[in-house]
Amino acid sequence: MKRAVKVTAIGFSVLMMTGMLSGCGGSSNASGSSGKTVTITYWQYTYPSKVTEMKKLIQQFQKQNPNIKVVEQDFPYDQYNQKVAAAMHANQGPDILNLYYGWIPQYVQQGYLQPIPSTFMSTSQINNYYIPMVKDSMYNGKYYALPIAVRSLAIFYNKDMFQKAGISGPPQTWNELISDAQKMTVYQNGKLVQEGFGPDVSGQGYHLFQEILLRQWGGKPFSADNKKVTWDTPAGLQAFQYWMDMFKKDKIGDMNFDQGAATAFQAGKAGMIVDGSFAIGTMKKSASFNWGVAPIPTKTPGGKQENFGSYWVNGIAKGVSGAQLQASEKFIQFLDSTATEKDWLNTVGELPAAASLASDQSILNDPIYGPFEQGLKYAHATFFVNETTERQAFIDETNKIFLQNAPVSQVFNELTQKEQAIRDKYYSSQSN
Amino acid sequence: MSLQSRRATTAYIFLAVPLLFFLGIRIAPTIYAFLMSFFKNGGTGFTLQNYQQMFTSHTFWRSLLNTLLYVVITVPCQLAIGVGLALMIGRVKRLKGFYRMVYFLPYITSQVAISWVWRLMYDPSNGVINAFLGWMGIPAQSFLQSTNESLMSVSVVIIWQASGFAMLIFIAGLEAIPKMYFEAARIDGASPWQIFWRVTWPLLNPTLVFLTVTGVIGALQTFTQIENLTGSSGSQAGGPLHSTISMVVYTYNQGFSNFNLPFASAVTVVLFVLILLVTVVQLRILNRSFEY
Repeated sequence: MKRAVKVTAIGFSVLMMTGMLSGCGGSSNASGSSGKTVTITYWQYTYPSKVTEMKKLIQQFQKQNPNIKVVEQDFPYDQYNQKVAAAMHANQGPDILNLYYGWIPQYVQQGYLQPIPSTFMSTSQINNYYIPMVKDSMYNGKYYALPIAVRSLAIFYNKDMFQKAGISGPPQTWNELISDAQKMTVYQNGKLVQEGFGPDVSGQGYHLFQEILLRQWGGKPFSADNKKVTWDTPAGLQAFQYWMDMFKKDKIGDMNFDQGAATAFQAGKAGMIVDGSFAIGTMKKSASFNWGVAPIPTKTPGGKQENFGSYWVNGIAKGVSGAQLQASEKFIQFLDSTATEKDWLNTVGELPAAASLASDQSILNDPIYGPFEQGLKYAHATFFVNETTERQAFIDETNKIFLQNAPVSQVFNELTQKEQAIRDKYYSSQSN
Repeated sequence: MSLQSRRATTAYIFLAVPLLFFLGIRIAPTIYAFLMSFFKNGGTGFTLQNYQQMFTSHTFWRSLLNTLLYVVITVPCQLAIGVGLALMIGRVKRLKGFYRMVYFLPYITSQVAISWVWRLMYDPSNGVINAFLGWMGIPAQSFLQSTNESLMSVSVVIIWQASGFAMLIFIAGLEAIPKMYFEAARIDGASPWQIFWRVTWPLLNPTLVFLTVTGVIGALQTFTQIENLTGSSGSQAGGPLHSTISMVVYTYNQGFSNFNLPFASAVTVVLFVLILLVTVVQLRILNRSFEY
């Protein structure tokens, strides 16, 4: 029955609809033959709005599929990978895992995931169904996990603070951003009490350099096969210098001010930050002032627009087979349907991953979602081989500039070499 | 079967249950971790690669050095503060229990909660410590965000927390010393200073050995405070620039955020050997018997 649906499907959205309709019929068939209830486990990290939404979706899914039971379990972000590593090595893992797309290479190398079965969804079906950025999660030519929603970056700005400083609107270029930020930055007795722009490194800051500034200044982060770090050019150094100058020379903010940029912004102590659409929900809840969202600035007026996109994906654990596998596939199909994605946007605030929803006018015209949805058009999802160590290299190397006054060009060279070494190490262990 | 041997059998059976539990929960994973330290990441087959990589890794040596620094800084301080508090509380007549509770409370409070409170107090811009320094005319310090001050800042939290435990054990040790020794010393005309160094301190030796050995082992395994004082969801704990990283934090970073469990196991093997050596040496040196 599934096969028949697959062959006759024209596009994946069609497949999705029929798949869901036939899903009900199919499951009643299955129950007729076996009548057994299949239980599958879903793991995600504890992000309150996601957990609530997932629990609601599971109820809906179970109503449609009475003989599938989905057990949701969530763990704090900081312990999530630890939990997965321990459970998978002990064969105690879940059937479906929610993970950051940047972890896919690590998870696959460790043998935690199986590829999305081609009988379920072929590579070309996936390519057609999703927005192009999702291709960046392909690994060795295969998809191992699929997203419900995607995120991009934009500027969050404090409208009240802008008004007080006499600034009419959000900045269009980076130079404007710096001069606006300087107007809002307040030092008292040499101590920072209010920052104009919260330029962080450990959060979105490092994506800001790699996928936005570097590209706008005329560089490219990696070679086409992702094996070579290609930012080591005069343009790359200029972009890096410009980014570091925001902290060191222009002094429009401090990475460690008020426990980081996002916290400072929510406390009303930062004029602007760059953050992802996933922060919208938190902002709505915790920011008690007028705030707005603006697109990421460009280098020159009307210049090249760039953005960083990312997403969380659902993958099926290695070793899951038979009835469990079928039930898992059905659940993932349900999660990726356009109906679920729209619901997800309204409750979690993350943008739909389906290509058919990318030109949805109601999303594009929304004052808050709009800039993020626009940004998706120019978004690149970095291909990480080891997201954590790559990020850590950025934190450690830039700290040499902030804490030890190391020369920017020297740090830039070291950083390039470090990132290259991480890739070399990864790919050399791949070939063995 | 005689009654005696039947009794023995029963005892063996009862003893076997915890033994099995211990074997399954502690010993087997330990052995597995030891074996795993010779695996390649993501594969099997024996290799020395993890150890080679570890001994050439700058971060590993940094974590080893820091771990030893934590021992050298925190253990003597917590012992000195502990014995000082114990002696003073011994002299207090009223509110004895209250004082004891106040100093012991940090020890039984969650390490995570304590670390986060200290983290906020250390905050360079909004922290209460810098506000306090400001009133006294001392310039603001960066504490955890500076490579020079971070290790000391973490140590302060550890000392603050562990001193209460040392105090309590010292109080017990002091109360176990028969009063007649002090009386005899006083009658002989010994000064309080002499009484402390010639009578009290030597008689506290068993307490001191216990506290030193457990304190050193604890300091070698320092993790929670570092993790919560210096880590965040974006960056690994032990920073900035590895200035506060301990061996256990290094193990954790390697194993659970870089997914390199074999490498992490190799670090724990080195830590195990280190703890074993240090403990044996300590017991040899400290546990000699005194002639009174």
